[in-house]
Amino acid sequence: MRQTFDVAIVGAGIVGAACALECAQAELKVAIIESSIVGGGATAAAMGHIVAMDDSEAQFSLTRFSQQLWNTLRTELPREVEFELTGTIWVAADEDEMSAVRNKNRYFTSRGVPAEVLDAAALKQAEPNLRPGLVGALLVPEDSVIYPPTAARWLAERAQQCGASLVRGKAIRLRGGSVEIADGTAISSSLVVNATGAWAPELTPGLEIRKRKGHLVITDRYSGFLRHQLVELGYLKSAHSVTSDSCAFNVQPRATGQILIGSSRQYGAEHSAIDHKIVAGMLARACEYMPALGKMAAVRCWTGFRAATPDKLPLIGPSVTDQKIWLATGHEGLGITTSLGTAKLLVDQIVGRRSAIPIEPYLPARGSREHVYA
Amino acid sequence: MSSPRWDIVVVGGGPAGIAAAVRAAETGASVLLVDDNPSLGGQIWRGAEDNSSLRVARSWRERLKRSPAQVLRGFRIFDQPVPGVLLAESAESVREIPHSRLIICTGGRECFLPFPGWTLPNVMGAGGLEAMVKSGVPVAGKSVVVAGTGPLLLPVAAYLRKRGARVRLIAEQASRAAMLRFATAFASQPQKGVQAIGLMWQLVGVPYRLGCWPVEAKGAGKVRAVVLQQGGRRFEVECDYLACGFHLVPNTELAALLGCELRDGAVWVDDAQQTSVPNVYCAGEPTGIGGVDLALVEGQIAALAATDKPREAQQLHQLRARHRAFAAALQRAFALREELRKLPCPDTLLCRCEDVTFHRVAKCQSWREAKLHTRCGMGPCQGRVCGAAVEFLLRWNIESVRPPLFEVRVESIAIELTVGPTPQVSQGAEG
Repeated sequence: MRQTFDVAIVGAGIVGAACALECAQAELKVAIIESSIVGGGATAAAMGHIVAMDDSEAQFSLTRFSQQLWNTLRTELPREVEFELTGTIWVAADEDEMSAVRNKNRYFTSRGVPAEVLDAAALKQAEPNLRPGLVGALLVPEDSVIYPPTAARWLAERAQQCGASLVRGKAIRLRGGSVEIADGTAISSSLVVNATGAWAPELTPGLEIRKRKGHLVITDRYSGFLRHQLVELGYLKSAHSVTSDSCAFNVQPRATGQILIGSSRQYGAEHSAIDHKIVAGMLARACEYMPALGKMAAVRCWTGFRAATPDKLPLIGPSVTDQKIWLATGHEGLGITTSLGTAKLLVDQIVGRRSAIPIEPYLPARGSREHVYA
Repeated sequence: MSSPRWDIVVVGGGPAGIAAAVRAAETGASVLLVDDNPSLGGQIWRGAEDNSSLRVARSWRERLKRSPAQVLRGFRIFDQPVPGVLLAESAESVREIPHSRLIICTGGRECFLPFPGWTLPNVMGAGGLEAMVKSGVPVAGKSVVVAGTGPLLLPVAAYLRKRGARVRLIAEQASRAAMLRFATAFASQPQKGVQAIGLMWQLVGVPYRLGCWPVEAKGAGKVRAVVLQQGGRRFEVECDYLACGFHLVPNTELAALLGCELRDGAVWVDDAQQTSVPNVYCAGEPTGIGGVDLALVEGQIAALAATDKPREAQQLHQLRARHRAFAAALQRAFALREELRKLPCPDTLLCRCEDVTFHRVAKCQSWREAKLHTRCGMGPCQGRVCGAAVEFLLRWNIESVRPPLFEVRVESIAIELTVGPTPQVSQGAEG
């Protein structure tokens, strides 16, 4: 007898896994369809930060809401998820950036996010391995990091414990009412959710999602060298740029003592191979900020693809073309943070619950002219 | 400052690499031989003052010295940032190595299978213990058990004995029947038969058990005894050192990074030793474990083919075929037995770098899943130890090579290239 599901989620990355758990907890009959490894795509490639971001009001509400969900979940996370409350330090290299620090501080504190402006001496004390001559920084102590693949697996396993089914197979076509799998079978479901990240347009043609390639490097273990996630204020310039390739200083201490070095952003690079010029530029930037990184042993480089939308906000809800095909994608570099918030907003819409934050900025139908072709 | 573009770069200074560098340089091509060790010779010839192939080694080394080939010692190739340029790091610096053609002679490494107690101090790789003794660690008067499989167990045992170790037992997992079949292969290779007899002579009085393998190392703080199995029987032998080796596996990482096709864990090559990637050749162990003699012939063929001397290369094909037949017989004889797949217990450590137990890895569906979800193979050795073990134990395909091939300094990856990719080289038309 063929099973019929309420919701079939395609893609068991951290977003799909979080959505599956939220569906299962709302007593929906849910299937999660994964062609490869749970958390093996952009989730595995990601840095794994859980951060409050203030690019836009909508980005702030979703990241902060999600961050609070993570903090609630924190005590339940198994050790291998490697949750570390590192905090983020936004590093200012000059007076311009320092004024950006003060703006950021006002923004965060007025919205209830703890933050603290550090002067040069306080920054030196917080992170002694930063180069001399930096002007100051903003410390955001509630930011944290996790190891994303095991987080996705844990969410998927919990979903299964709540009754979700994990289906191994490659979805090749989504229809309102079913998902066709490459082996010829079909999963029948009232709703279908496309949570395949940067690959979402393959299953939902016309989505305006572009692959935005990133490179990362991880070092051997150097416990204590780095204490917080560090990001240069220039990161904003890099992340904001919608067209060109860019690099920014962004390092994280991992629970293992390793240091994760990012970050780069590239459009139009479809191949997963490592681009030496980009990696070299990214590492050179990191060494400018933390000269001692240069002598440290790098163990591995890798790449991944962020799912970028034109307005840098994810797509959460029914697609414009088919009300039975829903979307949970377009999270760009914030999918680890916003996975939990996305799952809440998605299921709120499915079951008709009131959401904790306004849902409109993330609806795929927002200004549909701008976001969907055809 | 821009580096010259070498006609031929040879990676690896063991027998295959030395032979390749010599033959290529003798044709007049500009040749650079790069080796990660301060001294050439590879695992087999390095520091081999009493090796049975000493004379052969000496004559090739001398020929290399007379040839115009340049040698770069102590540099490890860790990446190919753009086609035709390799990056190499030494203890002090990093270098770009631009080239038109490449010959990969990266050798093999010992395969180590995990069993309960294998992480106890003084349980070592057979080659590892030999290297340690060569570097000055005394074993005189120490009890040693040499166990595992493959033709290298005997020379290791002989060497340790010569250094005064009391070799209590050599345990070879291959069956008596398999070894008898293999012995017939000696008939066509009298020289190898002589070498073997020579070794046996050095080992007179040492028990040599066939169809026997280690199942557990016991001890607190360090190994005290090893439990071995032979047939249905288990017995214990006390020892100060347990030297284990389960034959060799090809070092294919550089070839894989360059996109060369692998088959059955070895680099695929055509008759001219060319890989599936144009202008990239491969010789010796990476193409399949075959020993020194095969490596020397393959290195020469690769060099002659890469310097557009196909006719001269062809003259060596027959010799290569003979050594390959011997290598195939060797592989069959020392094939790992099924029982060894059950060596590790669920809580036996599989990945030493990241402290991952066998059972956590076995729960996964693939090597990549194991890496992502357990960190197996993600440590400094980059899976070079546990990867080969997992390939055998779980029959997984170990794929996905990523730069850097070895741990390197962050600043070495961060260098700005001064040379661009190799312009397309036309294939040799001679012959």
